[in-house]
This record gives sequence, C-alpha cells and structure tokens, in this order.
Amino acid sequence: MRRLVAIAGVALGLAAGLQASRGDERRSGATFMSPQTQALQADDAANPGMLSVADGQAQWSTPAGPNGTACTACHGDARDTMRGVAARYPAIDAVSGKAVDLMGRINLCRTRNMGAPALPAEGAELLGLAAYVGFQSRGLRIAPPTGAAMDAVRDAGRALYTRRQGQLDFSCAACHDDNWGRRLAAAPIPQAHPTGYPLYRLEWQATGSLQRRFRNCMTGVRAEPWPYGSDEAIALEAFLMDRARGMAVETPAVRP
Amino acid sequence: MGRALINVPPKARKGQVIDIKALVSHPMETGYRTGPDGALVPRDIINRFLVTWNGQEIFSADLFPAIAANPYFAFTTIAQESGTITFRWFDDKGNAQVETAAIVVE
Repeated sequence: MRRLVAIAGVALGLAAGLQASRGDERRSGATFMSPQTQALQADDAANPGMLSVADGQAQWSTPAGPNGTACTACHGDARDTMRGVAARYPAIDAVSGKAVDLMGRINLCRTRNMGAPALPAEGAELLGLAAYVGFQSRGLRIAPPTGAAMDAVRDAGRALYTRRQGQLDFSCAACHDDNWGRRLAAAPIPQAHPTGYPLYRLEWQATGSLQRRFRNCMTGVRAEPWPYGSDEAIALEAFLMDRARGMAVETPAVRP
Repeated sequence: MGRALINVPPKARKGQVIDIKALVSHPMETGYRTGPDGALVPRDIINRFLVTWNGQEIFSADLFPAIAANPYFAFTTIAQESGTITFRWFDDKGNAQVETAAIVVE
C-alpha cells in the first residue's frame, strides 16, 4: 500500500508517450478524451484503476492452491520480473502451441504450476493481477513477439478486424480505421489501440478487460459477442497489439 | 469493504496548506437497479466519510446514491501538529473502513 502511494507520487511523462513518433498518425485513445478524464488517468492518487493494481499487488504474494505457493515463489518481486511482460502479450504458449493473452497466461500459471483453480474471467481477482502485471510495463513500448505461429494468429485477427458482422453489418475497421476522430452519436471514435488494458471505464464504474470492450462493440453492432477467452478474441487482440507496436503501455488507463 | 488509496504528504511546515486525496473501492449500489431476477438490488452505498487529525475532525461528507462507484475525495487543510490522520468510510451494511496516515509537521 505505502509503496504504491510512493510510486503514485512519481509523476510520469505519460503525455509524451501517448503520441507516437512524428509522421505516425497513430494516437492513443487517451488523446480523444476530455482534459478532465485525461487528468484522472494521469494522477495515480485519483486514477480508480490503481485500486485494481493495489488488489493485484496484494494477490501477488497471497498463497493459492494445495502447495500454498504464491506468484512470488517463482517470480519474486513483480517490479523487476514483470517489467515489460504485458507489452509482449498475447504470445504463444509453448506447451499447447496456442496463443494466450496475459489473463490466460496467469490462469495457466495457476492451474499448471500452483494447482489452483483458474480465476473466473472478468472477476476482480484476475483483473487485479493483470492490472498489476500490466502496470509494471507502463511507459514501455508495446513489443509483440515475432514468429510464424504468431503471424498466423495475427492474420486471423486481421481477417476478423475487417470482416463485416452483426445486424448493422459493421466491421471494426469501418469505424476505427475509416472514421476515427469523428463521432458515433456523442462519443468520439478512437483508433482502437489497446494500450491501457485492463482499464477503468467510467461507464462500467469498474476495471475491465479488452475482451469486455470487444463484447461491448459487438453488442453495439448487434453481432453475437465472443465468449471470454475465445480464440477469436485472442486473435483480434494479437492483431491490435501488433498494430499498436511501439506505442506506450498506459495500464491502468481510464476511459469514458 | 475494499481497498483504499490515501495520498498525504509525509512532511509539512506548520501553517502550510496541504492537499489530501483519498480513493476507496466500493460498488455504491444505488438501490434503484434491478438484478437478473427482476428484483431491486438492495442499496449499499458509503453514506459517510470522516477524516480526523489526532482525533479532531478536519473533513466530513455525507454521500448519496447519485455518487459513482469508488468515490474519490480531494481536499486541503492547514498543517498544525504532527500526528496521525485517520480516514473512515461508513457504508449501509454497517461496515467501516479505516485507514491512517502519519504526518510530521515542523
């Protein structure tokens, strides 16, 4: 707790990281927000996402499973060992050969190594751990892994991103590539760079994952939302993270 | 109750105006929403926030259902003496969350 407050005291050069380099049109979703919401994200004492980070910090050293092991048993101090990790997910899990996102990775660690049950999707515990791990990469550049296996997953994600779906017959690209910067009713349309997940959405009054955001958008275009942890959701996340390569991690971000 | 993040400067000069920030996790359930079964979800909000400095009240607030989840307070006060600032949040279930912060006044 105390340590977290101390971290909170250190001002972050976040604003500089939000904009990609010169000549690059990519913009973090934060740059589309009102100055008030930007201020909420920038101040760690006010950012409600920091509550999830504090949750995750407590869980990091809480034993789980029959052997009573905690994350610390293998990974030690997350501030050293988890630095940059979130910037590299989704990645291929060597055992199953499938792509997993950060929350999937945390649950694999629990079931395989700790003998503990997987944490429920979108629960406060899993979001807290993901936020705490993500927080260790804040300010670092997104650097998705390379390799043929990941390329195949990203290609599948790209196909999903451009595929029209739902009763309104929209693709992700129809809004986020073709019409970013304009408005959907009152809401600005951002470029859909997943730089700050898990993030605190004021609309949700809670911290949520990128997959929850996908489900929101899909319900919006009246498509059938993907279940949590589905291959489609992970493929789309892998594509979007590659699309945001080089942008700064903002976890825990705040969005309206 | 859940988790709280307190921001108090560790040191201050006597007579200095200091900023204090307090963020607490709470669902702030309004009592007006219906659950999956169609019945009203019972109201559960923080109804009072009280801050004392060495036992003397320096800030308090009554809260109502229109206040969003995870309420955040920021206020200023004048540093008078070294000691402990105690933050208390009281909710409808009768729970109280208490956090303290030490401050040195020179």
